[in-house]
Amino acid sequence: MDEIAPEYDVVVLGTGLTECVLSGVMSVKGKKVLHIDRNDHYGGEAASVNIESLFKKYGNYTQGTEPWKKYGRVNDWNIDLVPKLLMSNGELTNILVSTDVTRYLEFKQIAGSYVQQGNGPRATVAKVPSDASEALRSPLMGLFEKRRAKKFLEWVGAFKEDDPATYNGLDLNRISMREVYEKFGLEATTRDFIGHSMALYQTDEYINEKGAAKETVQRIRLYVNSMARYGKSPYIYPLYGLGELPQGFARLSAIYGGTYMLNTNIDEISYNGKEVAGIKATMKERSDDPDGMKFETKTKTIIGDPSYFPGKVHVVGHLLKAICILTHPVPNTDNSDSAQLIIPQSQVGRKHDIYIAIVSSAHNVCPKGYYIAIVSTIAEGSANHHLELQPGFDRLGKIEERFMGPAIPLYEPLESGNRDRIFISKSYDATSHFETTTDDVRNIYLRAAGEELVVDGLRGENLVAQE
Amino acid sequence: MVDSGNASAPKPSSSVKLVLLGEAAVGKSSLVLRFVNNAFQENKEPTIGAAFLTQKTALPTRTIKFEIWDTAGQERFASLAPMYYRNAQSALVVYDLTKPTSLIKAKHWVAELQRQASPGIVIALVGNKLDLTKGAGGEAAALPAEEEGVEGEGEGEGDGDARKITTQEGRSYAEEEGLLFFETSAKSGVNVQEVFTAIANAIPETQMKTSRQGAGGGAGGGTQAALGSDRVNLTGGKGEAKEGCAC
Ligand SMILES: Cc1cc2nc3c(=O)[nH]c(=O)nc-3n(C[C@@H](O)[C@H](O)[C@H](O)COP(=O)(O)OP(=O)(O)OC[C@H]3O[C@@H](n4cnc5c(N)ncnc54)[C@H](O)[C@@H]3O)c2cc1C
Ligand SMILES: Nc1nc2c(ncn2[C@@H]2O[C@H](COP(=O)(O)OP(=O)(O)OP(=O)(O)O)[C@@H](O)[C@H]2O)c(=O)[nH]1
Ligand SMILES: [Mg+2]
Repeated sequence: MDEIAPEYDVVVLGTGLTECVLSGVMSVKGKKVLHIDRNDHYGGEAASVNIESLFKKYGNYTQGTEPWKKYGRVNDWNIDLVPKLLMSNGELTNILVSTDVTRYLEFKQIAGSYVQQGNGPRATVAKVPSDASEALRSPLMGLFEKRRAKKFLEWVGAFKEDDPATYNGLDLNRISMREVYEKFGLEATTRDFIGHSMALYQTDEYINEKGAAKETVQRIRLYVNSMARYGKSPYIYPLYGLGELPQGFARLSAIYGGTYMLNTNIDEISYNGKEVAGIKATMKERSDDPDGMKFETKTKTIIGDPSYFPGKVHVVGHLLKAICILTHPVPNTDNSDSAQLIIPQSQVGRKHDIYIAIVSSAHNVCPKGYYIAIVSTIAEGSANHHLELQPGFDRLGKIEERFMGPAIPLYEPLESGNRDRIFISKSYDATSHFETTTDDVRNIYLRAAGEELVVDGLRGENLVAQE
Repeated sequence: MVDSGNASAPKPSSSVKLVLLGEAAVGKSSLVLRFVNNAFQENKEPTIGAAFLTQKTALPTRTIKFEIWDTAGQERFASLAPMYYRNAQSALVVYDLTKPTSLIKAKHWVAELQRQASPGIVIALVGNKLDLTKGAGGEAAALPAEEEGVEGEGEGEGDGDARKITTQEGRSYAEEEGLLFFETSAKSGVNVQEVFTAIANAIPETQMKTSRQGAGGGAGGGTQAALGSDRVNLTGGKGEAKEGCAC
């Protein structure tokens, strides 16, 4: 039983969220899965770490000092390395429910969704209106604009993809969003918060793209429906941090027979012609064996994150990110214990939005009285990255501690994996939610398993045995 | 069997997360199967397929609903996730009385729990497969240390004593570490119910209310009120925490 099988249907490398969801789904589908991570913890880049680890990861301290000691018990901290939230009506939520992984996790609402208008001292921060009646009360718009926005949101709310009568005479498959905005007569500032804080586009490229109007409408609907589900914001968040998500899916995989090996290096990947044939690996020192345990096993399919395949991926951009510890709520967020604040690019003269995700002790990620705010954006220059994030820092008030490393490369695979049967995930991108992650999950599943992933009814009958 | 229907005046009921730990094949799943279904399978397969099982235990003043988590094999290569221990109020660390390495493994797990789990966790150390040892018919075997003594040399097949770990050895380790201690047989059922009842009794009433959401890990007392609000139940649209109807 303590043995590694001579062959697995799928070997998964890395325990980030994408890999763990795929591992879980594959196991439920009856595939024999071996899941490996070189680190001694789950989550890879999507892990949540304690405050001591965070100081050490970023090297923010002088040798010999222990600055984390003033922040209470280190293990009361679960600080996300990747700033993301779940859309409560989004695909990740759907997968969590369909697989019953919700059994292991508790979720809370994020208390508010905010957007910035204007810049510098004249910047205002206001709640993102999520329906027609909120639009009428929003300080983001003047009187007449409110009415136009109300009309627009009513139309989006009634839109049904398969009912052309709801298209309002607009050929959404052909036209650009600009034409839709023009039809409703919406002003540039309104377009800005709709496109960036509701449709959650990170740049303005969507506006002129022909045929992108329907996707935009659907994104706004996702926002509005997510908002409607629990009321305060469209976002939810797992207690103890995002690092719980990969662990939950790993458990799902294990329950269906998946084998887990952390702390294990991949020494070699072997091929049969062009296709992958197996791996050689070493589980690093276990107590009884100082050299670690070397093993090999066959497989015809590997799924992994980019860090395992430096030669098969390329960099598509750089993420800038700063983790900030605060002792107060973020100003102008109604003292919320948590929030998402989006600074649309055009408001601060950028091409990419700046995101701020705020969580606190209400989510069991830090001791009482603390708040964790992560400011992030896509790098536009090659130096002075802290200046690119500055408009975000300006929103935070006094910052106790700021952790910011070099720009983080974002990777994508060079090939689809159809040739070598090595399917590589994308890095977590700069979006504020997991919708692109689940797109990647579906995409990899389609390529690796040769069929669409259907999550509804995935949970096995015997998954939860009752008394 | 435990849950006799006193329908008129239900006693306060609370959930307790219990995690299982121990070497492969010591009988973790079998103990749970005995506790939950009062059944035993001679050749139980390595565990797959259950997220967790639940079973109620009635105490004089309250009812405890155990939510029992199996490792799902993630412990085999030392790859258990912290989520497994998170908010566990109790743990069953199992070894096999006929297998000396399994006690060493059990000690390792106790240390791991003391390092990782919530400080107040109730740990029971359980030596299982008592039916394979001498003088272990169905009588209350475990507690008194009297019938220890003879080390089961050899295979012990002749007189049916395969015991390799004395009662005293298990007990004194348990006492050192402040653990509950039992010797059980999932096969005959001896002491199985007793283990769970003892755990239920050892969990302070104050720990209960919070059940798995509030307890442990976090920042103690103050969090509970904060946790009450805004929690979402994903499986049913709007609503309260899912423990709301613990029926
Ligand atoms: C949102 C977000 C997403 C990210 N996504 C990714 C991502 O998908 N992929 C990614 O690489 N980085 C990603 N990064 C960040 C990243 O560049 C890390 O800084 C980098 O992986 C180094 O990680 P580490 O410091 O933990 O070092 P380690 O994990 O120790 O790795 C250091 C480097 O050595 C290489 N390496 C180590 N061990 C092995 C091995 N056994 N086989 C092959 N190579 C090995 C890796 O390529 C890695 O870059 C992401 C960061 C963020 C914030
Ligand atoms: N004689 C005897 N056999 C037992 C007892 N408990 C379990 N077994 C047997 O021991 C074997 C392993 O039992 P499991 O309950 O699967 O053990 P486990 O610890 O859950 O094993 P893993 O899930 O593989 O880690 C099975 O063949 C059981 O029938 C016991 O009390 N007495
Ligand atoms: Mg088992």
